[in-house]
Amino acid sequence: MSAAISQLAKYNAKVARSRATSEPAWVRWGLITVALLFLTLFLFVPLAAVFTEALRKGFETYIAALIEPDALSAIKLTLIAAAISLPLNLVFGVAAAWAIAKFDFKGKSVLITLIDLPFAVSPVIAGLIYVLIFGLQGWFGEWLIDHDLKVIFAIPGIVLATIFVTFPFIARELIPLMQAQGKEEEEAGLVLGASGWQILWHITLPNIKWGLLYGVILTNARAMGEFGAVSVVSGHIRGLTNTMPLHVEILYNEYNYAAAFAVASLLAFLALITLALKSYIEWQSNRVAISSNTAE
Amino acid sequence: MSIEIRNIKKEFGSFTALDNVGLDVPSGELVALLGPSGCGKTTLLRIIAGLESPDSGSIHFHGVEATNRDVREREVGFVFQHYALFRHMTVFENVAFGLRVRPKKLRPTEAEIHRRVHQLLELVQLDWLADRYPPQLSGGQRQRIALARALAVEPKVLLLDEPFGALDAKVRKDLRRWLRRLHDELHITSVFVTHDQEEALEVADRIVVMNQGHIEQIGSPQEVYDNPASPFVYKFLGNVNQFHSRVNAGQAHIGDIALNLNAHHTVQDSDALAYVRPHDIDVYTEKNGDQALQAVVSYIHAAGPLVRLELQPENNADIIEAEITRERFRELKLDQGSQVYLKPKSVQVFLQ
Amino acid sequence: MAKKHKPHNVLPGFNLSLGYTLLYLSLIVLIPLSAAFLKTTELSFAEFWHTVTTPRVIASYKLTFGASLFAAIINAIFGLLTAWVLTRYTFPGKKLVDALVDLPFALPTAVAGIALTAVYSANGWIGSLLEPYGLKVAFTPLGVVVALTFIGLPFVVRTVQPVLEDLEAETEEAAASLGANRWQTFRRVILPALWPALLTGFALAFARAVGEYGSVIFIAGNMPMVSEITPLIIITKLEQYDYTGATAVAVVMLILSFLLLFAINGLQWWSSHRHSASR
Repeated sequence: MSAAISQLAKYNAKVARSRATSEPAWVRWGLITVALLFLTLFLFVPLAAVFTEALRKGFETYIAALIEPDALSAIKLTLIAAAISLPLNLVFGVAAAWAIAKFDFKGKSVLITLIDLPFAVSPVIAGLIYVLIFGLQGWFGEWLIDHDLKVIFAIPGIVLATIFVTFPFIARELIPLMQAQGKEEEEAGLVLGASGWQILWHITLPNIKWGLLYGVILTNARAMGEFGAVSVVSGHIRGLTNTMPLHVEILYNEYNYAAAFAVASLLAFLALITLALKSYIEWQSNRVAISSNTAE
Repeated sequence: MSIEIRNIKKEFGSFTALDNVGLDVPSGELVALLGPSGCGKTTLLRIIAGLESPDSGSIHFHGVEATNRDVREREVGFVFQHYALFRHMTVFENVAFGLRVRPKKLRPTEAEIHRRVHQLLELVQLDWLADRYPPQLSGGQRQRIALARALAVEPKVLLLDEPFGALDAKVRKDLRRWLRRLHDELHITSVFVTHDQEEALEVADRIVVMNQGHIEQIGSPQEVYDNPASPFVYKFLGNVNQFHSRVNAGQAHIGDIALNLNAHHTVQDSDALAYVRPHDIDVYTEKNGDQALQAVVSYIHAAGPLVRLELQPENNADIIEAEITRERFRELKLDQGSQVYLKPKSVQVFLQ
Repeated sequence: MAKKHKPHNVLPGFNLSLGYTLLYLSLIVLIPLSAAFLKTTELSFAEFWHTVTTPRVIASYKLTFGASLFAAIINAIFGLLTAWVLTRYTFPGKKLVDALVDLPFALPTAVAGIALTAVYSANGWIGSLLEPYGLKVAFTPLGVVVALTFIGLPFVVRTVQPVLEDLEAETEEAAASLGANRWQTFRRVILPALWPALLTGFALAFARAVGEYGSVIFIAGNMPMVSEITPLIIITKLEQYDYTGATAVAVVMLILSFLLLFAINGLQWWSSHRHSASR
């Protein structure tokens, strides 16, 4: 039914855009052509190039590049980094959104700006700051050596850098959503005798699940694809501290283009899945919004 | 369970929401908190529920201090203005929620929960909607489900925030009557907030009229309507004509006419505001006796059970409104521009 | 302090959630970032100034900020156009195009870098078309602009699109009924309403471009004084174990980025308040 309603809304919108508020056909098609040409030059052609280059030397070379041990260990490390940073940022995102959206306190807007900080920091600098703390000459450098621990040029450094660059995504998605939903439902749960965790689990989380998923997907895409920050802290040790994007770089610099593009195509494929999921979630949450609006 | 409210104060920043409010709600009564928006009525309701805490003052439930008692332990049912139904749960799950979140020891069995929920859904006459989701319901249905959900935990007190505010006129009337009947059946102490005087007058046992953070008057609907304690209550409870008058020895003088009052017998020549309801004004076409206001009919609203006249008096600029029956209107054969004589039947004065 | 600003709110978990938020924020972001500023105190101001103003570093600022500005302008113009076309017109494959606009958010920057290099190098699909006209893109500053345009592409589209969707047809009809032609309506009615969003999108694209590394280094050629971006300078200094030098340049970038962030927040505050005041 909601689909029919949105169809109707679209139809109405079209009717409303009567002669007075639309452009002549030649302007319309001219603008569409220019926009598509721009997108083709900057988006579609490069995307197509990834897959073409990957398959240039045939399917066998392609597969070989993907199942080679160094590639496999890069894939594994990428998955590990994402698997650790994702839940940590998820918990942070929910906690931050709960505090910011459901309560009033001084310095709230400053806090929101601080959460945004990692967006404004160059990935290279994100890597650098961890080197300054955990690197050989860093604050904890000697202590780490004494205890035979390694952060920089090892997996913990890569995870830290990944957490930093994906830090705001989930929180940024949830804060406006939870602010818009208000706190009446949570209060209703409270009056009915639910505990804090019961409210979070049974009322708040189901209400924000699409926004949460959206944030998780964006975080995951960025976590798996991060290059600059990870590049600084990784040390580029083949088979040990190379993530997929770093592996792509190494292959590329060795003029092994087919293999570089093969691994790149895997990442590009992941990006396309991300976009598909994103569109699906947008469609879903839109549908929910429409159905709850029309029943008023 | 009775509620006693003592000296409640509440400020939001520099805004005083409640200024030293005291109120007793006897057990089993249905009480309306009536006032314009921003008068503090919703804040008071939320303080009773424990959703806000007062800056000072105390709340007692059945004589026991409950000011610092947690919402969850107050045993109140709260119906929110926009219902606050859980969007992702079915109607059944919504109503069952309060029972299911109880600690294991106190939680009824699943069969018992089923029985109770269906009983409540029958009570609100919506048993057939058990498997729907809130967005699929109409406003009136949501309202009744919210009520069923609040009743599911067997509250000792039922609190409703603008229960009919978001509904259209027709549904609103039906639900009002239905709530009245439900209350007569259950006899649970109930407090509801409204800005609609008609709603309060029709539904409540007692009305608490609030303005700018304090209580103006408490009384039965008839008391409040017939004997408003202040100009504010008078104006808030319906259309009213305001006259400047002088009061002297139990008589109010408006222009040339003098009206007998049953108060102010000892007052000597004091300025006062006099209020007359439109239906308390008699309209004549002939001057009989000398005590009448002379006016010209400037507009006639004849659609409705009563005919409303806008009258321009000779002596002052303010329009006077009068309501007369259709029968009387036909008798008088009034037209726009007709000359008429007015006589207030009853008047309420407030000394200045 | 907690007592004084006690939230008038009965929902549980305020102290826990805010406490955790502040702890995590401090550990992951604030303390590490302050490390960068502390590190520069090892240098005297003269040394610091010398490090961040050598001709090679200055050239990199010029390239980074110049190319970012140029790319953000391209994105502002074509992003507005794309948002317009996507909200106002229908054409086959529109939904797919709409979804793909976000590709630069989802595609790892290194992949974007090698793909753009392959396409825009002299023997690439597009590069080979431009070559006969003497136009070289890859391994020149122009290549940097191309990469930065790619990664900033979604920002303007995604900030302008919702505003464009929410514009009421009535205001445009009103303009038409008052005798405005379509171009006048656009200039005087639609564009002013889009300004805050457009400016925000522009600033976001610019900010993102300034810090970008992955997509640029492949296509830039990385020649000192010509096509070397500031983030690469930091990396180079790091590889030479010149930590203080790297940090000094990083601090300059950080300060500029923070100024940008505040400008963006200010913009959003301004536009939301402008909005609420007009309602």
